[in-house]
Amino acid sequence: MKTEITFFVNDAEVTAAIGPRERLVDVLRGALGLTGTKEGCSEGECGACTVLVDGRPVNSCLFPALEIEGKRVTTIEGLEGPGAALSELQRAFVECGGVQCGFCTPGMILSTKALLEERPRPSDQEIREALRGNLCRCTGYVQIVASVKRAAEKIAAAGEEGDGHE
Amino acid sequence: MSELRHVGTSPARPDAADKVSGKARYIHDLVRPGMLHGKIKFSDQAHARIAHVDTSRAARLPGVRAVITAYDTPEVRIGFLRDNFALKKGKVRQFRDEIAAVAAIDPDIAAEAVELIRVEYEPLPAVFTAEEAMRDGAQLVHEVDPNGRPRTTNLMPLRYHHQAGDLEAARRAARFVAEGTYSTPRIQQTCMGTAGCIAEFDGKHELTIWAKTQIPFLAQRDFIRALEDMGLQGKNARVIVPCLGGGFGTGLDTHAYEFIAILLAHASGRPVRIVYSREEEFAFLSPRQESTVTVREGCDERGRLLFREVDVLQDNGAYGSWGATFPSVMMLPATSLYRVGATRFDAKLVYTNNTYCQAMRGYGNPEVTWAVESNLDELARAAGIDALELRRINCNQPGETTPMGLKVTTCGLDRCLESSGKRLAWSDKRGKSSRDAPGKRRGVGLASLIHVGGSGRIYRSDASGIILKLDDFGNVNAYYGGVEMGQGLHSALSLMVADALGVLPERVIINPTDTGTCPWDVGTHASRGAFMAGKTAELAAAKLRARIFELAEVIFPEEVEKSLARYRREHPGYTPPSFDVRAASKRERFELRDSVLTLRGAPDEAWLRLELGRFLRAAHFRENGEMLFAQSFYDPSTELPDWTKGMGNMSVTYAYGTQGVEVEVDEETGDVRILKAVAVHDVGRVLNRQALEGQIYGALVQGIGYGMTEEVKVRDGRILNPGFRDYKIPTVGEIDFPVELEFVETADRDGPFGAKGVGEPGLVPTAPAIANAIYDAVGVRIHDLPITSEKVLAALRAKREAEKKGA
Repeated sequence: MKTEITFFVNDAEVTAAIGPRERLVDVLRGALGLTGTKEGCSEGECGACTVLVDGRPVNSCLFPALEIEGKRVTTIEGLEGPGAALSELQRAFVECGGVQCGFCTPGMILSTKALLEERPRPSDQEIREALRGNLCRCTGYVQIVASVKRAAEKIAAAGEEGDGHE
Repeated sequence: MSELRHVGTSPARPDAADKVSGKARYIHDLVRPGMLHGKIKFSDQAHARIAHVDTSRAARLPGVRAVITAYDTPEVRIGFLRDNFALKKGKVRQFRDEIAAVAAIDPDIAAEAVELIRVEYEPLPAVFTAEEAMRDGAQLVHEVDPNGRPRTTNLMPLRYHHQAGDLEAARRAARFVAEGTYSTPRIQQTCMGTAGCIAEFDGKHELTIWAKTQIPFLAQRDFIRALEDMGLQGKNARVIVPCLGGGFGTGLDTHAYEFIAILLAHASGRPVRIVYSREEEFAFLSPRQESTVTVREGCDERGRLLFREVDVLQDNGAYGSWGATFPSVMMLPATSLYRVGATRFDAKLVYTNNTYCQAMRGYGNPEVTWAVESNLDELARAAGIDALELRRINCNQPGETTPMGLKVTTCGLDRCLESSGKRLAWSDKRGKSSRDAPGKRRGVGLASLIHVGGSGRIYRSDASGIILKLDDFGNVNAYYGGVEMGQGLHSALSLMVADALGVLPERVIINPTDTGTCPWDVGTHASRGAFMAGKTAELAAAKLRARIFELAEVIFPEEVEKSLARYRREHPGYTPPSFDVRAASKRERFELRDSVLTLRGAPDEAWLRLELGRFLRAAHFRENGEMLFAQSFYDPSTELPDWTKGMGNMSVTYAYGTQGVEVEVDEETGDVRILKAVAVHDVGRVLNRQALEGQIYGALVQGIGYGMTEEVKVRDGRILNPGFRDYKIPTVGEIDFPVELEFVETADRDGPFGAKGVGEPGLVPTAPAIANAIYDAVGVRIHDLPITSEKVLAALRAKREAEKKGA
């Protein structure tokens, strides 16, 4: 028995028929084909499936899809600007080596986005707190923390120029 | 070779943009038309006869397209020892044995169908430790060998022995001796992207399999053999490697789930995907081998190491994987880490009813380095010699041949030791055990490593090949059989092709690894990826440069004369410098750099620079036109050691490094906090600094997990912590200390651009460095990984008790 609900994904209105047991990650990866969201553990422990719901990071593997009605979801596919230009946040991860196998990367970047919107110049400790729920097995996190700091600087600089799209 | 313009720089990885935008496609993201979802029914007994398997209810479930067991499919044997089967018949030997599998139109139906399969067992006595399994009359895990001959023991049919030098005399001559037994746990590789594959047959019964593998060509061989077992003689298995969510050794073997996907695809006539959930990955994918290592070593009164004896016992679990050859690499640290006069190494591997194990980063090296480097601190203490000094006294040197026959060409170990000591403020801090807060003490410790740095011969071929294909637009399409799994192979390869050929790195396009298009490669293991890719790139690029310069004798003057004519039309009054292009166009005078062809000694004029794409088009679109491509195939001049003698130069060069930490130990709780970590590695030459740093940071932090938190907990063969909630890998929260990296560039004569392999070394010495620092802080020696607070606290209490009794 599926229920039709309407919500927003990356600023576009979406209507989907949702089964009672479906999770947000199933809808994103399945019906919507947004496979940039990764499923790493299915129990909310690894953070690979992190997306933003109304701006807040959630584990989409634990989020019941029916509860998404009327809400705004941001996935990794929603971060690029016009012409598929990478955002400052994404570019910072590229430039600082915050990416290796890449499986944790979309979740890591979305957790970072939520952090930087709340704390534009986070301390190292705040970065570690914000990304604690996003596991990475490749990088040892050093270059990820550097990426977050670079992103904060770049976004702040772009904000001063008044043309950032973060 | 062109002059170095890109090697040694820090550009972003070629695949980073895809990965930050969600465009990278992993096995979990791939869908084939008509694809079914496979699911496996695993054993819920550790050791039992299979009395009956009833799949009838599963087969009747709507949406199920195939149900298979060993009783209705051909026998498919797997593993290099041929002791494992895709599906089990007769009996199960571990909890995770595959009994049946289904393919259905969606994953939920597949899961429901598996639940409907009923298996009746007759339980058998089981063996769960190596010691139990070795007792006389122990229950046999395998009653017969792969040839059907009866077995009498649970010892695996693998023998590892080494002895060199006069051990007896060295033992007698030793003034100081230290002996200890050290253990390491099974740990999970925990790739963030779980294991999986898609198997698909075409109309001619040729197989294509998208596999999460590090060994596409050995996998091709394994899969073709399976097709033969299935009656599909003369058919190919094409292996395509999608984006990998980590490897860390899990891709060195082919796995039962892959053969099951093949069997299901064949039974259903549809593509079949099997992807493990995280829980399945923890419970049903082989972890790293556990080990118990006893080290006995001695030195003379001046600290010179006279002998070292190492005995290893490993509970291998129920079946053999390449992980059962860990002792081949264990011999490196056992015999060749520091200069030792006489050496002996013996290893025994035993079948038990535990989960069978497989490879992981470092491949036996961390297990023995943990023991040897912990024990060396004990020897230093016994001899009253500073632990860093003892290591420097015995430091490996260029030009030496080690007891195992390793030929050391370049060796920067002494610089690694010296620099690590400086960075740790060793002379100020070691042995001072400063107390900075009530109940908290600080200490410093370090440990070193030797590892294969120029590939590692553990198979009859240790080769790799590459094809470089130039197109009309100046793109260099590289087809390389090694696997990018996140480590940065493609970062290093694009820079090496760029400099070896003389093109811009962004014009190097590295194509997906595919047995249908890439030359053979033994696999991406042994830290060999960048080393071998670079060697093949150098060889193929040299061929291309020779041909380009040959053709340029005719094409270059034609093209630049056209350029000059155009330039003069656009710049009336321009007088070109006097220069005879035709006379100067000799092959030895050409230079290709950053995709531009020039003549050495020519005037610096824009029209005398020929862009590579234009040159290639001119070479193509002419009478008897030519497209340029080149291949190379490189098999290093190494020896496959005889493992029963433990002698052989298995790599063309060796990597060295030293890592150290400063720790703070809470004497009340046993908590250990790392305050600082340093890693100094002899990398030969930095290829891509950012990627190299990423490899060392990542491996070092994996070493911290191995050292302090990670352990697959098993009771009576059953895995108790199959998830990240109870199996703790490091999070960013724990990495709250500075990590200093330094690279010693020894410019190896055999390495591409002088580089050595670096993929594994960062993991190897981390745990003993931590243990040695803990001893320096509070005077307790932890022998068993992981070093948990409970173990430290218990050791501190035992020490206090002993001191009380002593007083």
